[in-house]
Parts: sequence; C-alpha cells; structure tokens
Amino acid sequence: MNVAVCVKQIPDPAGELSLTPDSHTLVREGKLMMDDSDAYGVEMALQLVEAAGGGDVVLMSMAPNGETSGLRTALAMGAERAVLVSDPALAGSDALGTAKVLAAVVKRVEPDLVLAATESTDGYTGTMPVQLAELLGWPSVSFAKQVSVAGGAVNVRRQTEAGYDEVTCPLPAVVTVTAGVVEPRYPSFKGIMAARSKSVEQLSVSDLGIEGSQVGATGARQEVVSVQQADERQAGEIVVDEGDAHERILAFLEQVKVL
Amino acid sequence: MDKVWVLAEQSAGSPSAIALELLSKARDLAQQVEAITYGAGGQLAAATLGEYGATKVFDAGDLGDSLPGPKLAAAIAALAASEGAPGAILVGMTYDGRDVAARLSARLDRPLLTNVVGLAKEDDSLVTEHAIFGATKVLKARFTGEGPGIFVVRAKSFAAEPSSSGVPETAALDLPDAGATDAAKVKGRHAEEREGPALDEAPVVVSGGRGLGSAENYALIEELAKLLKGAAGASRAIVDAGWVPYSHQVGQTGKTVKPTVYIACGISGATQHMVGMKGAKNIVAINKDQDAPIFSIADLGVVGDVHKVLPKLIEAVKSRS
Ligand SMILES: Cc1cc2nc3c(=O)[nH]c(=O)nc-3n(C[C@H](O)[C@H](O)[C@H](O)COP(=O)(O)OP(=O)(O)OC[C@H]3O[C@@H](n4cnc5c(N)ncnc54)[C@H](O)[C@@H]3O)c2cc1C
Repeated sequence: MNVAVCVKQIPDPAGELSLTPDSHTLVREGKLMMDDSDAYGVEMALQLVEAAGGGDVVLMSMAPNGETSGLRTALAMGAERAVLVSDPALAGSDALGTAKVLAAVVKRVEPDLVLAATESTDGYTGTMPVQLAELLGWPSVSFAKQVSVAGGAVNVRRQTEAGYDEVTCPLPAVVTVTAGVVEPRYPSFKGIMAARSKSVEQLSVSDLGIEGSQVGATGARQEVVSVQQADERQAGEIVVDEGDAHERILAFLEQVKVL
Repeated sequence: MDKVWVLAEQSAGSPSAIALELLSKARDLAQQVEAITYGAGGQLAAATLGEYGATKVFDAGDLGDSLPGPKLAAAIAALAASEGAPGAILVGMTYDGRDVAARLSARLDRPLLTNVVGLAKEDDSLVTEHAIFGATKVLKARFTGEGPGIFVVRAKSFAAEPSSSGVPETAALDLPDAGATDAAKVKGRHAEEREGPALDEAPVVVSGGRGLGSAENYALIEELAKLLKGAAGASRAIVDAGWVPYSHQVGQTGKTVKPTVYIACGISGATQHMVGMKGAKNIVAINKDQDAPIFSIADLGVVGDVHKVLPKLIEAVKSRS
C-alpha cells in the first residue's frame, strides 16, 4: 500500500511572525521547518505501510521557494521520497489553489491513501485536504483520532461534537488526522543520514499542466483590506496565595454573580 | 446583497447555537435569509430557524449513514444552479461545516475564507475579520472575484437574537448522487457521557492544564465546574497527553468559549489557548509562576499551587450552599 502525506514547510511558529507590508501575506523567508502537525500524518503513514506489509510513504509539499529542510525531517522519520512543487507563481496561494496543485501531484503519485493534518499551524484554514478530495472525486474522512486499513478500506474513528463516529471508507481516500492519533517518532541519527540521499523531485506549476492564473495571489481571488492591533485585555489584581487565596476567588465569583 | 444562505446544523429539531448566530448576522447583510438544514428533525428545527430570521428553510432530511460533506455540497451546488446563487454562504466552523464548505468551494470553484470572527457590509462587498497572531491583531479581508463567497465562521462571533419574522416557507432539498465522494459510511456513533452544560454555552468554564500534574487531578476541575454549574475545559497539552478527550479543548484548535467567568488552573496562557477564551467576561487564573502569560489577561490572578488552592476553593464553595 502506498500512502502520500501532505507536509507543509512553515516559518518557526515559536519565532516572531510577521506579514509583508504590501500583500499582507505571512513572511516565509529564511529557513522553513516541517509543520509539527504533519508529524502525525507521517508517523501514521509509516505505521500503516508497515502493517500492510510493504509500500511507500511519499511526501507531497508546495512552497514558493525551493525549500526542502522540512521535507528532510519527514524523510529522516522514514518516508521514502518527496515531491515538492516549487514555483514563484505559487506565492499567495489560498487553500483551493494549494488543493489544485496537490491534486495534480496525487494524479502522478497515484497513492492508495492521502493523509494530511486537520489544519496547518501557520495558516489554519482547515479545508485544503477536503478540497483536494473533492477535486479528485474521492471520499474523505476528517478529524481522525484513530486510523487502520483492512480489506481495501480505511477505518477511522472520527471526532464529532458529541463524541466520535466509526467510519469505513473504501480506498483511495483522503483522511485528516488530529494531534494524538499516534505518537510521532523522532528521526534517528541513521534516519537523518539516510534522508540526505533520498529523492526530492522538484516540479513547477507548468510541469503539472496547471495554468498560473489558477494559483498564487491571482487564483486566490481574495485580498487583505487591513491589519490592525487588537484591543488588549488589561491585567487585573494579582494576589499571592498565603493559604487564603480561595477566599479571594470566592468573593470574586460572588461579585460577578455566578455564586 | 439580495440573498444569503446559512448552513444550519441541528440535532433532533434543535438548531445548533452557531446556526442561530449566523442567521442573526445574515439579517444585517441581506433582505432574504435562507437556511439549509439536514438530519432527522429538520422540519421541527424550521420554526426556530424562522424565528432567527430564515424566510425559507431547505431541508435535506436524514442523511442515513453518509457523512454530510459530499451530499450537502452536491445539493447546495445544485440549488445554486436551479434557484440562482446567493451573494454569500455562511457556514459554521464545525467538524461537518468545514467539510461541506471545503467540498462546495471545490465544486463551485470559489475560494473560501475561514476562521471568520467578524463580518460587515462595506460598499457592496462583505469584509471579514480574522483574529491572527494569538488575537493580538485583527486582519480584514474580502473576496475580489465572482460570488458566491463562502464564509466559514467561528462559534460565538455573533450574538444570536430572535427577530419578529414569521413562519418560514419550507422546501425539501434534493440530494443528488454524490458518487464516489460519498463512499465513506458511518458504522457507529458514540456519544461521550457529559454532565452539565455544553462547554461553549456554559456561564462558567473551569479549565485545567499541565500544571495539574496528573490526569487524576482533573477530577478537581470537574468537581469545581459542577459546583459552579459550569463546564470543564482543558488546554491542548493535557488533551494531547490523553488526560481528557479532545471535546474539552479550549483554543485555536479547540472550542471558543465566552463565559461569564473562565477559571484557568495550571495553564500557562499560550497564544493558541488565549485565542479561545479571551472573550470571557471575567478571567481568573491560578498559576504558581508569577510570570505566566495568563496573568496578563486575568482580572484576578492567584500566584499559587493548584493542589493547595483548588481543594480549599471546592470546600469553600460547598460550605457556602
Ligand atoms: C497549531 C497549534 C494549535 C494549538 N492549539 C491549541 C489550543 O487550541 N488550545 C490550547 O490550549 N493550546 C493549543 N496549542 C498549544 C499551546 O501552544 C500550548 O502548548 C498549550 O496551551 C500549553 O498548555 P498548558 O498551559 O496546559 O501547559 P504549559 O504551557 O506546560 O503550562 C503549564 C502551566 O502550569 C503551571 N503550573 C505547574 N505546576 C503548577 C501548580 N502545581 N500549580 C499551579 N500552576 C502550575 C506552570 O507554571 C505553567 O504556566 C496549540 C499549539 C499549536 C502549535
């Protein structure tokens, strides 16, 4: 069984994030890293392929510059190879544009299953994988808490408002996984060394037969009107507990009339 | 804008809170507000949807063992073709709402804007608001291409207010065959036991974080929440650790809550957590680190050990009643 995993390379979320002054898109200069949220999909894919007794885990990524450092992390975890669509025309792409690009990649890779995170850490639009499924004409199951594959179908425990649903879906399909679906492994030293020589195929938008107007800022058909400072909440009273802080809390709860 | 559609989720005849919030907002945006609903009880829900502003309710009925995304996206696309597309389609940022919006976007080849927390008419376009960088900044955006624009809105962004409108017209919504996209089937549904009010509707939310030290100590959070007739919430750290189910998570990737009081216990106050609870009227925080970021937004901050403060607080609340 072959599994393709969507892996996003993002600026360090713990660092200082900023928007470009003109287009108000996230500054993506410098070194990018693998989105932590994608580690779950990579790990899940590795485990499913192992359980199936063979197959490849292929990474799919899209980035405006030829960045591969995030992909190397996932290759070091054990993925076989990666396909990176990298093209200046992709700058400013929205979720639908990204889905169009990745749909073209899926058609080349022909996996049995596509895994992705429920949302990325930097943009968190949260719709790309299901848009991808619709463009492919595939079924999808979002918010997986548990995933297994048997008899040509993927079985998913899907998070719901009330609890969870048990869902069965024939392959090929797209599944989005939540954090906690599996515990991602850390790349071993051996894995990191091996990742250096693994293949990262680089494609342009035209290699995929996609028109430039479908992707990037033009394809996104949306614009940022303004970015403003939000109203900040002020800090209130701070007390240090001397064994009686619960009384102060109790008085506060009475004051705001929930007691 | 003449017409706005709202995807109105409901359960056994009760519309979800966000459906009513979206309808209330839609009344500001267009003359004609129409709701699209589905699931057993849609007919029953229609009256309430009408009270909140829907002049017409399209009911797709029970979806059986299908997931909502593929069938509803196909049905809404077909409705747009037969009835004329509205200026905007409003969808709640819920598990199912996201799936419907995503599939509809791909089907109609229209972009979508998600994580919307504000929506206003400016000239003839709709301008959205998004809380970014841990809600320290507000970004406004709009669509530049042909409609309908698809807006995926976070819960609690708008107040739900009934209107004086009458009984809505109802119509059955045909569900076209969604082919292979509809191949995923629900084999079983499990509801987690939950007492008291829903997390995102409770007037009091007591949340616990990693500072509780262990899963067992979450019982303190539950007990206090129960005594205050509130709901128990959690930071992602303890959800990922498996101490509590995901449905308890507050924050960017969890629920948005706006209770009268939010009590954060052993939670540091990461931006992704604060995004989900900053809208609370009052915030109380208990943390042993006086420099914890949560104190910067707390109305009452207690520098102390949750293991000492919580048991005493629980006793004090108990002896009061
Ligand atoms: C894409 C993304 C999305 C995210 N979404 C969310 C989200 O939706 N919700 C969310 O909550 N997080 C989210 N996070 C995670 C977030 O960044 C933090 O990691 C998380 O909120 C930390 O949880 P915590 O406060 O419980 O743990 P910690 O940050 O470890 O804080 C524990 C706190 O407990 C205090 N403490 C320790 N012992 C005691 C004691 N005995 N008494 C009192 N205080 C004590 C410590 O001083 C510390 O401040 C997200 C992260 C990312 C990258």
